[in-house]
Amino acid sequence: MKFEDLTPAHPAVLVRDVWMEFPRKQGGQSVPVLERINVEIQPGEFVCVVGPSGCGKTTLLNIIAGFLNASRGEVLVEGESVHGPDPRRIVIFQEGSVFPWLNVSANVGFGLSGKSAAERDQIIQHYIDMVGLTGFESAYLRQLSGGMRQRVEIARALAANPEVLYMDEPFGALDYFTRFKMRADLVRIWQQEKKTILFVTHDIDEAIQLADRVVVLSTRPATIRLIMSVPLPRPRDLNSPMYLDTRDRILQALGMSLQNGIRPDAG
Amino acid sequence: MTSTGSRSSSVADAASVRQQIPAMGDADASSVGHEPPFFSTRAIVLPSLVAVMFLLFWDGAVRLSGSQLFPKPLDVLWGLVELAQKGLLIKYVVASLFRVTWGFTLAVIVGIPFGLLMGSNKLVQEAFNPLIQGFRPISPIAWIPVSILWFGVSDAAPVFLIFLASVFPITVSTAAAVKSVQSVYLRAADNFGLTKFQLFSRVIFPASLPQIVTGLRIGLGIAWLVVVAAEMIAVNSGLGYLIIDARNAGKRYDLVVAGMVLIGVIGWLLDLLMRQVERFQTVKWAYGTLHD
Repeated sequence: MKFEDLTPAHPAVLVRDVWMEFPRKQGGQSVPVLERINVEIQPGEFVCVVGPSGCGKTTLLNIIAGFLNASRGEVLVEGESVHGPDPRRIVIFQEGSVFPWLNVSANVGFGLSGKSAAERDQIIQHYIDMVGLTGFESAYLRQLSGGMRQRVEIARALAANPEVLYMDEPFGALDYFTRFKMRADLVRIWQQEKKTILFVTHDIDEAIQLADRVVVLSTRPATIRLIMSVPLPRPRDLNSPMYLDTRDRILQALGMSLQNGIRPDAG
Repeated sequence: MTSTGSRSSSVADAASVRQQIPAMGDADASSVGHEPPFFSTRAIVLPSLVAVMFLLFWDGAVRLSGSQLFPKPLDVLWGLVELAQKGLLIKYVVASLFRVTWGFTLAVIVGIPFGLLMGSNKLVQEAFNPLIQGFRPISPIAWIPVSILWFGVSDAAPVFLIFLASVFPITVSTAAAVKSVQSVYLRAADNFGLTKFQLFSRVIFPASLPQIVTGLRIGLGIAWLVVVAAEMIAVNSGLGYLIIDARNAGKRYDLVVAGMVLIGVIGWLLDLLMRQVERFQTVKWAYGTLHD
């Protein structure tokens, strides 16, 4: 009899009662950023965190990824407490962290130093093909468009074979059409690779288009306003009544409505 | 996104690069790696015209003044021919280059590792920076008496001076380069689980390299300035020596100016050589980007 069969499965990521405050510059009171954040992400799940600009989404992601320590609470990955970044959980940064001194192949292979050359080349080509950069293997960052750069970043993360991908507004700087295409490709890749993804965005449409579940944060100090499932079949029809209903409920949770416009303090 | 403009190449260079390499969209798969031509007609004709006008002006001015001592351009050319025939031209150029090579190499060997250390370790930076900033403003010329005292009239004296002159800009720009590495690269490296050594060799050093190369260019330029000054006093060969010797032994101003021309041309070639380093892909990424 196998014991591991009996142990209960851990959630892929468990955020347990996380609070965060930043010390104010000139003494005085500290600034509360996050309050009482509880999120549970199952293996293979695609979860989006939405919230207004500056609400602390990136801070939350940095805590979950291990780049920041929470003031209170803890983050568990596969039941293990997180104490720093780890190659099993790769972050895709908002500002882009593709290395400009390496070409596409070398970037994608960055996290593969332990492998044999043949195995590396095979993995690199596999992920370059997957993100649609075939033919650009020897191109450098400055020769690529914004969308292609994010594709390199995603391929580099996937090649390291992490269990979880943390994505911090990865498509925020892209134009409308590129963003649209990137989302569709990301869903396809996620379905192929079966990774757990935590995706931070301020774009509600983006969140509904991508996620199994959407976590809605309030303005700062951010608390969880709503966690809602998006049981829409993929690929998603952005005109379906259910899609529009989901969007309205998220807007409502943020205290906004399309009729009355955006909150006055929206960034 | 990593662009800080055209840091060391001229604005015109950066603009022409932007025009030559086609911007690529997601759909354009055909045009990776196009290089702009190094020389264009305009880049040759216009400067040549200005140079010819300068030579004509020089010639006319000497004729008008009726000076017996100051040479006309053609006199300088004959002076160069005379030096070549005596075998002095090659000898002096090699002597000067030899000293620069040694002094500069020593400065690189000391300056880059020390700059890397200073840039990445706050304690080292705080401890050594004031001393370095105190030494930097002292002209290498001011060190000439000291170097003669320590090294006598030998090759070691100018080599020491060149080392002193170029080690500070190399150290300081290397340290600055390391400090300006974007934090997102460091976090990404951290995420991929790099060891401290790998972080240095795979991220910090390549990320700093373009700015280090700029420091090397400045260092080499200063080294060339200093070797000529040092040779005027401390040794009996080299282009600096040629200038002083030609003046002292018979007021041969044609040879003085010939020496100046050689210094100018060789200094220019040295800089062009360093500019070639900036064209390597591992360095080029920082000098102007297409999508910023």
